[in-house]
Amino acid sequence: MNAESLTPVDQYIYLSSLLFCIGMAGVLLRRNAIVVLMCIELMLNAVNLLFVSLSTYMGDASGQIFVFFIMVVAAAEASVGLAILVMVYRNTRSTNISFLDKIKN
Amino acid sequence: MEDAGTTVMMNQLPFIIFSFIAILMALGTITARNPVYSVLCLILTFFALSGHYVLLNAQFIAVVNLIVYAGAIMVLFLFVLMLLNLNKETEPVKSYLWQISGAIAAGLVLVTLAGALKGASAYMVKGGPEAEGIGLVKNLGKILFSDFVLPFEISSILFLAAMVGAVFIGKREKQEGGANS
Repeated sequence: MNAESLTPVDQYIYLSSLLFCIGMAGVLLRRNAIVVLMCIELMLNAVNLLFVSLSTYMGDASGQIFVFFIMVVAAAEASVGLAILVMVYRNTRSTNISFLDKIKN
Repeated sequence: MEDAGTTVMMNQLPFIIFSFIAILMALGTITARNPVYSVLCLILTFFALSGHYVLLNAQFIAVVNLIVYAGAIMVLFLFVLMLLNLNKETEPVKSYLWQISGAIAAGLVLVTLAGALKGASAYMVKGGPEAEGIGLVKNLGKILFSDFVLPFEISSILFLAAMVGAVFIGKREKQEGGANS
């Protein structure tokens, strides 16, 4: 597949913007903390798509390396976040995100 | 003219299909009341994004995305959901005002992002013929172990810290819970 047959980069920009905003809407709308973590993963993936598309269109492989590091950070974040959630569930018996109100005092 | 239009359309057909699946499943992720359905929709979104990576000549990233995200992280989410027995629709619904304001905020961010990035393609420099094998393991590995070797090593320390942190959080809580009960 040569460069001329690729989809215009504008469409990838719009697609990744849309996916990012869907993930952001999920973070704002949902109460379940696990679903909120999943929406954060969705936002990270939208950024990954933007990195890969721009890396391909500019002929620079650094963007794909950066996607690799984003995946590393996302894996670490998911493992620690889920460990914290399991701990919170053991204490409060729910994963409602309003448990964050209680650590204010 | 008509023929060229249909050729462009045929070239863009995989992009349109994968985009449709990705957007639909992302919407399903945030609207499904059952968290297990959210996880499954998100896995399908990641499959569609891997298809996009293949279309973009980023084969290594496509495979890593499948293995790490769909294979490892999402299975971790599914395990936690099953472990906590949350595979039922017990989620309290946010108030109407919250939903409206959240949707409006996300839409405003979408408009802002699309408007800000609209002219970005004018700055794109098309990769030359050497850009063909840019996403293969050979090329990426060469760059990863020469230019990015320090971030690579630091990310291993990050992984170690995350692993120790996860184990420590789980273990300490179990001891406290045992002392309390």
